[in-house]
Amino acid sequence: MTKDLLCEGKIQKLEEIIENHKNTKGKLMPILHEAQKLFGCIPMEVQKKIADKTNIPLAEIYGVVTFYSHFSIEPKGDYIISVCMGTACYVKNAGKILEHISKEANVETGKTSEDGKFTLEATRCIGACGLAPVITVNEEVYGRLKGDLQEVKDIFAKYEVV
Amino acid sequence: MKTLAQLEKISDETKKMVELRLGSTKEADKKYHIMICQGTGCLSSQSIEIEKTFKKELEKHNLQEDTMLVKTGCFGICEAGPVIIIYPEGIFYSHITTEQVSDIVEKHLVNGNPIEDMLLHGSVVDGEIIPFNQVSFYKKQKRLALRLCGLINPENIMEYIAFDGYKALAKAVLTMKPEEVIKEMIDSGLRGRGGGGFSTGVKWSFTAKTEDNQKYIVCNGDEGDPGAFMDRSILEGDPNSVIEAMAIAGFATGANHGYVYVRAEYPTAVNRLSKAIEQARDLGLLGKSIFGTNFDFDIEIRLGAGAFVCGEETALLNSIEGFRGMPNPRPPYPAVKGLWGKPTVINNVETFANVPQIILNGSSWFKSIGTDTSKGTKVFALGGKVKNTGLIEVPMGTTLREVIFEVGGGIPGDKKFKAVQTGGPSGGCLTEKELDVPVDFDSLTKLGAMMGSGGMIVMDESNCMVDIAKFFLDFTVEESCGKCAPCRIGTKRMLEILEKISDGKGTLEDLEKLEEIAHNVKISSLCGLGQTAPNPILSTLEHFRDEYIAHIVDKRCPSGTCKNLLSYYILDNCVGCTLCAKNCPVNAISGERKELHHIDTSICIKCNVCLEKCPFKAIEVR
Repeated sequence: MTKDLLCEGKIQKLEEIIENHKNTKGKLMPILHEAQKLFGCIPMEVQKKIADKTNIPLAEIYGVVTFYSHFSIEPKGDYIISVCMGTACYVKNAGKILEHISKEANVETGKTSEDGKFTLEATRCIGACGLAPVITVNEEVYGRLKGDLQEVKDIFAKYEVV
Repeated sequence: MKTLAQLEKISDETKKMVELRLGSTKEADKKYHIMICQGTGCLSSQSIEIEKTFKKELEKHNLQEDTMLVKTGCFGICEAGPVIIIYPEGIFYSHITTEQVSDIVEKHLVNGNPIEDMLLHGSVVDGEIIPFNQVSFYKKQKRLALRLCGLINPENIMEYIAFDGYKALAKAVLTMKPEEVIKEMIDSGLRGRGGGGFSTGVKWSFTAKTEDNQKYIVCNGDEGDPGAFMDRSILEGDPNSVIEAMAIAGFATGANHGYVYVRAEYPTAVNRLSKAIEQARDLGLLGKSIFGTNFDFDIEIRLGAGAFVCGEETALLNSIEGFRGMPNPRPPYPAVKGLWGKPTVINNVETFANVPQIILNGSSWFKSIGTDTSKGTKVFALGGKVKNTGLIEVPMGTTLREVIFEVGGGIPGDKKFKAVQTGGPSGGCLTEKELDVPVDFDSLTKLGAMMGSGGMIVMDESNCMVDIAKFFLDFTVEESCGKCAPCRIGTKRMLEILEKISDGKGTLEDLEKLEEIAHNVKISSLCGLGQTAPNPILSTLEHFRDEYIAHIVDKRCPSGTCKNLLSYYILDNCVGCTLCAKNCPVNAISGERKELHHIDTSICIKCNVCLEKCPFKAIEVR
């Protein structure tokens, strides 16, 4: 994937973020949250930069980044498809929906498709249990799904992929 | 704001603004209040568009002056979303679409005739429309923690103040000593709603007794139980109640700084909470010398990053400090040695939401609700195979039957109730014969389940209990932080055995091994995650051992869930339409046109496509 992740402007922005948290107690988590938002992921180069500027050992930063599922080292696809695997969705066939999507987009759970278009995630409860089963594509929420293949195809049609 | 009089002045002025919602039209300057639910559930089904359409339609009929549009937090009945309530009558419309808005405005607001077909089911009794709080979903409920969810605009602190907001803080700071606040909390019998069930007042007293000049108040909003969302709804619908409670806790224990730790997956909650904190600061309800006293208190938000174990208090504190969210051995408890080594009170969101009312109404009022050992109410997230999915709050001691069949409306689609799982991945399941047990902390623990944070997932006969146990174990294996061996290794080994069983390769010795590992993990894990992880296995083994045996001995999944134990067959009512054969991805189906077809089970990959495609229901799985 060739995305210009680390352009000058963003690195400068990162330095500002670190500077802003200079006096924050327990600053690593807030910095990582903002970095994840800025770059869409936290690659090694970014971790090194944070280590340099904060004097927190790189090993520790790497440990924290890999511990939390919200942070990722690899860049994600243009469309992030999250299939909710909370209990309420699971007992209403969310597993089947995940299978259909995986087949339809030709991408394994937790991975990004080769063209960089889709990332498929099995996510923890998003708290929309009343609408179970639920999936989200970026910010868009699709609820009360029936779990058949056609429905998944219809959703994909919106994102111009057959 | 420096005095109680100032607060009361604001409260009196703003009361007029909200009076209509209490059914009084005396001093109301508006004719109608339209409450539009904008909790996460309704937001994802277009409630913002509905709000916009209302605005347009009201202007069209020149009603914008007479009507107040209020966006609120969750009403609880997410199944019916998007939902609105129209006051003063308290009429509840469900499943609204943008197209229906003009009808509601014209018929209801202009002509005064509510549209019966669009109301929440059960709203019309003997031809009369009843207010929503008389409908079966709400009738048995008692809303304390959710008191203002759906009744106020969470982004306007004035509406909170109108409903006696911050009066409890004023009462505590101006008229009570810290010891008196703590005594009131202990007397009330309030126990932690996050799962532990420890007395909130006693916890506060531990921190109050320490002689450190720096102490902290932490609110645990890292709601990780998949299927529970009460904390999110409180933060989205009534964030000020949590802020006020944290300040009261700060006053009682001598802390002047608070952190709210919220999941990053809850953007709406984070957003509304930050707005509320800002507004409270602007009014001087947070900050230096609150109500003119020498008590200072302020709050910061910290975001979680998707680790279930951070709901465990010591792991959460590590996460705030900027480390991996791994638990520490206790004691020392955080109440004595917590955040950055300082004494720290840590309570969950729902627990905090109860505090202001206890201080305001007194402990004896709170004590009068609930059972002997569990006072007050509990919020449950009702989900799974139940008609009214959503958030409910009932007095402690309400039976599961009342919750599932009266409030929840029973099981959809004429299916039979099989089990209910309480307490999420840490809890256990309960069956038909336990339905009449009054629900409180101790009764659930005695039955091998637990209250947990209040997730309640109902299952019907089509759910496989081995599969459910596998689902929860899969969750705990993924979320185990790996610090202690019993949890890291034990949960993984248990999951492997469950997978073996659901693949039809299990043996009866496996069940004994499973029980043995479960017991060891339970007694030797470092934190609550590991100590409770075996519960789903133990309780399904206790209540549904026959299902495990069917998987092992008969190589059969009674509910038809475990894929490797299923086979697809074509029944005699097949008309030979060839649809299944055409769609089968592996050509496992043979047969001539207009003749009975046949599936070669040795080729079949069990993809379920034939069953979905067959228009004659001629395909059976067994």
